[in-house]
Amino acid sequence: MREAFIDTTTELLAEDPRTAVVLADISASAFAPAARRHPDRVLNVGIREQLMTGVAGGLALTGLRPYVHSYAPFLIDRAYEQIKLDLGHQDVGAVLVSIGASYDAAAEGYTHQSPGDVELLDTLDGWTVHVPGHRDEVAALLRAAARHDDRVYVRLSEQENTQAYPDAGRLQVIRRGGPLIVAVGPMLDPVLAATRDLDVTVAYTNTPRPLDAEGLRLLSEGELVMVEPYLAGTSARQVAEALSDVPHRALHLGVGRTEIRRYGTWSDHARAHGLDPASLRTRITEFMW
Amino acid sequence: MTLTALPADPLRPLIRRLTGDEKHAPSSYSTLDVLWVLYDKILRITPATAEAPDRDRFLLSKGHGPAAYYAVLAAKGFLPADWLDDLGGWDSPLGHHPDRMLVPGVEVGTGSLGHGLGLAVGTALGLRAQGFLDTRTFVLLGDAELDEGSNHEAIAYAAAIQLPMTAIVIDNRSATHGWPGGIAARFPGWITALVDGRDHDQIEYALSRRYDRPNLVVATVESKG
Repeated sequence: MREAFIDTTTELLAEDPRTAVVLADISASAFAPAARRHPDRVLNVGIREQLMTGVAGGLALTGLRPYVHSYAPFLIDRAYEQIKLDLGHQDVGAVLVSIGASYDAAAEGYTHQSPGDVELLDTLDGWTVHVPGHRDEVAALLRAAARHDDRVYVRLSEQENTQAYPDAGRLQVIRRGGPLIVAVGPMLDPVLAATRDLDVTVAYTNTPRPLDAEGLRLLSEGELVMVEPYLAGTSARQVAEALSDVPHRALHLGVGRTEIRRYGTWSDHARAHGLDPASLRTRITEFMW
Repeated sequence: MTLTALPADPLRPLIRRLTGDEKHAPSSYSTLDVLWVLYDKILRITPATAEAPDRDRFLLSKGHGPAAYYAVLAAKGFLPADWLDDLGGWDSPLGHHPDRMLVPGVEVGTGSLGHGLGLAVGTALGLRAQGFLDTRTFVLLGDAELDEGSNHEAIAYAAAIQLPMTAIVIDNRSATHGWPGGIAARFPGWITALVDGRDHDQIEYALSRRYDRPNLVVATVESKG
């Protein structure tokens, strides 16, 4: 996914003079060729994430379209007030593109992990959030973000599905059956594996914000399970609002809030948080039947 | 020396119309002369050109105590003087911290300290990327505001890339632990000038100079309190 981001953004720099890239050392070497061609629009501020976001705000105030990139904990957690004030309060936009997701940097430890990034952005107004489940979904999301000036977050991960669904901005039914299970981004393959022989409807989206409320209302029949690759319950408010006049039961699965002081790989952490197929099957089955 | 009494006096009745700003009154007045010289002598911006892409940019990072800022904007015709009578009111566009979405002529909404310098660096870079090479970017901070670490990310980066822009620090000795060695020492790589923050000639001379790298003007005024 990271390569798709670098390739697409490099193309956008050549195609659209409004495009700018702001970095804080992360991925700077990958953007070096683009920086040589567009030295005024590829800006590496060094390891200064507050400044990275402030610079993006300033660029946007002059009419440019900044793509801002780092690991999720540095891009979102560390620069939260700059996101709130230097972008939101100024009523300007940017495209924030993270790598690392919740625990891609499992061996690096909790300092390099950001399970709460989407929930942090949920405290702010006007953010579209994309969580692509496959590298082939990335380019279209980035190109769509170049055509307007709104605030967009694109959350890239190492974990990905075997198949891309490029038109999954709204809920897309992957398997039709009984109660609804919504899989966000790279959670689709684990959900499909967990429910292979269960009578459930599996719907997929790579755009949890805004959450497809109309799709939820159409597909849910009183029970639903949300499976998200970030903090469990992040979409609880959105689901409750979408189904506010419909009696329903909802189970929200995602990353737990307790810090797991272990290293390993992202798949180890997925298992520890109950997001591997076996754990998902157990939790979904207990909830549904 | 041109003292503040002559040109700034027309502003004082405007400032007096601003109510509810007693808490921040010293900081409001500390910026008055620099702001007046900026808008009267330096900035290439008028109400008619407030949206022009090549206008000079002024960012008030020191967003608290904006009475002097509002008074200067009113005196220069960016906003009606009768707006000054309801500072902080429910129906007023003028808050205790300025909001760019509410006040004509205000480039950035500030209040939480340590944001203007980074925004100014981005603004200067954005203007340069679009070929507006004659357009200048100014940002005004307070000496206590320099305590915020985010400023030092911007200071170091602007120096490293030799970005032409002008930062003004109003020094009324309000930083809790002071600045041993002087404020200018906190801006390595910047061209620095020290001026009397009440002397219009000194302020104008320092702010009218253009450089090929970032420059700092420390404007000293009477101590806070």
